[in-house]
Amino acid sequence: MKYVDEYRDADTARALSTAIAALCEPGRRYSFMEICGGHTHTIYKHGLEDHLPEAISLVHGPGCPVCVIPMGRVDDAIALAEHEDVILTSFGDMLRVPGGRGSFLDAKAAGADIRMVYSPLDSLKIARQNPDKRVVFFAIGFETTTPSTAMTILRAEAEGLGNFSVFCNHVRVCPAITAILESPDLNLDGFIGPGHVSTVIGCAPYEYVPRDYGKPLVTSGFEPLDILDSIHRLLRQFAEGRCEVENEYGRVVPWAGNPRALAVIDKVMEVRETFEWRGLGWIPESAMRLREEYAAFDAERIFAVPGVRVADPSACQCGEVLRGLIKPWECKVFGTACTPETPIGTCMVSSEGACAAYYNFGRFSRARVKEATLR
Amino acid sequence: MNDPAVSDPAVQDPAVKDRETRAGWAEEAVRSARPHGHGVTEEQVLERIARARARAPRIRDERITLAHGAGGKATHTLIEAVFLEAFRNPLLEPLDDGAALSTPAGRLAFTTDSFVVSPLFFPGGDIGDLAVNGTVNDLAMCGARPMHLSAGFILEEGFPVADLRRITASMSAAAEAAGVTIVTGDTKVVQRGKADGCYVTTAGVGLLERDVALSAANARPGDVVLVSGPVGDHGITVMLARGELDISADLVSDTAPLHGIAAALLDVAGDGVRLLRDATRGGVATICNEVATSSSVAVVLEERAIPVRPVVTGAAELLGIDPLYVACEGRFVAVVAPDRADAALAALRSHPLGEGAARIGTVGDDPPGLVLLRTGFGGTRIVDLLVGDPLPRIC
Repeated sequence: MKYVDEYRDADTARALSTAIAALCEPGRRYSFMEICGGHTHTIYKHGLEDHLPEAISLVHGPGCPVCVIPMGRVDDAIALAEHEDVILTSFGDMLRVPGGRGSFLDAKAAGADIRMVYSPLDSLKIARQNPDKRVVFFAIGFETTTPSTAMTILRAEAEGLGNFSVFCNHVRVCPAITAILESPDLNLDGFIGPGHVSTVIGCAPYEYVPRDYGKPLVTSGFEPLDILDSIHRLLRQFAEGRCEVENEYGRVVPWAGNPRALAVIDKVMEVRETFEWRGLGWIPESAMRLREEYAAFDAERIFAVPGVRVADPSACQCGEVLRGLIKPWECKVFGTACTPETPIGTCMVSSEGACAAYYNFGRFSRARVKEATLR
Repeated sequence: MNDPAVSDPAVQDPAVKDRETRAGWAEEAVRSARPHGHGVTEEQVLERIARARARAPRIRDERITLAHGAGGKATHTLIEAVFLEAFRNPLLEPLDDGAALSTPAGRLAFTTDSFVVSPLFFPGGDIGDLAVNGTVNDLAMCGARPMHLSAGFILEEGFPVADLRRITASMSAAAEAAGVTIVTGDTKVVQRGKADGCYVTTAGVGLLERDVALSAANARPGDVVLVSGPVGDHGITVMLARGELDISADLVSDTAPLHGIAAALLDVAGDGVRLLRDATRGGVATICNEVATSSSVAVVLEERAIPVRPVVTGAAELLGIDPLYVACEGRFVAVVAPDRADAALAALRSHPLGEGAARIGTVGDDPPGLVLLRTGFGGTRIVDLLVGDPLPRIC
């Protein structure tokens, strides 16, 4: 397929792989975190680690929007959906995320009207078709999807749609990166930076990472060659004694981001003082809420949201996985109590979650497979 | 009681008479039955009634009503005018409670499948040919020659009779193409809102004339995995036909009867064939997992070797799904012994339904129970069973 196959070429990968190995200092180990769940998915789906020398290990970061939603927010949304006249709309990958008392799918089976949408605008369509119902869109995502939620609210306002609102769970990537950098047990050499988020916010917001924390960051595309190229660029920074923000995804990411998208977010939303993240706890200024002017579209103001707080299950080590302290398979319940069919932690739910990606794609002994296929 | 001459508004106001409409269905019914002329005797009228009752009933309703499922006259009319009309054959015609089948002594294969596809009509097919081909294919995958099918219909009150006719017509055509007859059936009607238009359940019997034992437990290390053509066409076609995604593509369902191509394969590869399985829900990936688990072997697939049309790859990419998991309704996976692999592939490719057949992988011994994919990128990953359903109601 044009514009895709070029970024999945095995010969180019092998050449990059050789160049990467040559840049590794003998005896040194490198630990890089890919922040985005989309990158994690790519890494496993294409078997990218087969192209990396043993000295490099990849740590899977918190950039999976459904993975970081705390259970309490799921319960709150279900409470909204249980209103007789409410239709809750959500992206498909959110449906299976477990809350304190089940997932959206469970609530749907019990009678709540919860519908999957592909775009927030689909929710507007549902609102128009059901004037006697109140449609609540469960908005999630990093800055990538925040503009489309904001645009949808502006559209609803322009149309005078009084039966549409948003339960806003939009999060911001930089505070999460900071939380990881502030973690006392930090063991990272650099970051493969967000791709789609950066199309909106640009590269400038990451400049504090090399400046204040001494870690290089390369914003990366989502094709496997993009990720290999980004790893190569990180290593080259070490080799050349540089430490900076680099843009590997220049074909899509402008350095200054997308000013129009940022303006739309700023018009409709403001930064929350603090927000709870699954596994990471409360992070200051890490999420968005609707501005007072758009209160009419804010489910948190329209409804009496219970504000449920659910502690992460004691066996769950999602937080350590999300901070890169342990590999998915090192979690106490990985693959036994916690599987994609019965996820305990959110990292196991979405295909972008580190645990699900490892379980679905990487759950085999590389040494054994190498031996088996050489035979 | 009012005097009719006075109460009739048309008499009071001639303009009303001009606005009057007529019940078209009633006029049509009278015309087609030809009214009795003047001077007929009661005897003659009774004779005409008897003749009318003996004629094949015609269904005048445009929509299915609960009466069509009530077991009375309307049900009878529906069966005769729609189902018998479309499926007519000597075994069905007596409309007895069951069909009496004569078969040579031997083994039979017996299978059943239900169809709830949405939308009912999609590019390249509809629920009708899907329901026939699905059961024909399940029999073919057992190595059987499909013989007879049953067809059960669950219809929603209000379902257009014209749509039902379209469905039965394509079932009839599919049955003829597959060389099977629909010999018994059933109809139920449920209230509006209790079903989605039309569901079809077919069951089928086929003759096991060959001495083959096909099973997912038969694969051995060294065996070769073949697929009969490009994968994923059906699932992506139906998904796009729903119109939820605002994507259009030049793509049609692959629904087709596979007994012919399966027989062609068995003719040349005979006892070297371990397993045939049509790649319906869950796609090629799910079949390979069944093989790996049941036979306690590793299945190693080559991503580059798996035939997928560019338009399917593109749509799957947009939807974030893997074509390996997308359903086909006219493709199958065959696991064959290594020494028969070339002949088997040649037999597939020389059949009109198998032009795109390919060798997509091999069976290994380690790690048992796993399906591994050598990615086009040069890496290796697992192909696991899917959790959840990315594309609901595609068959």
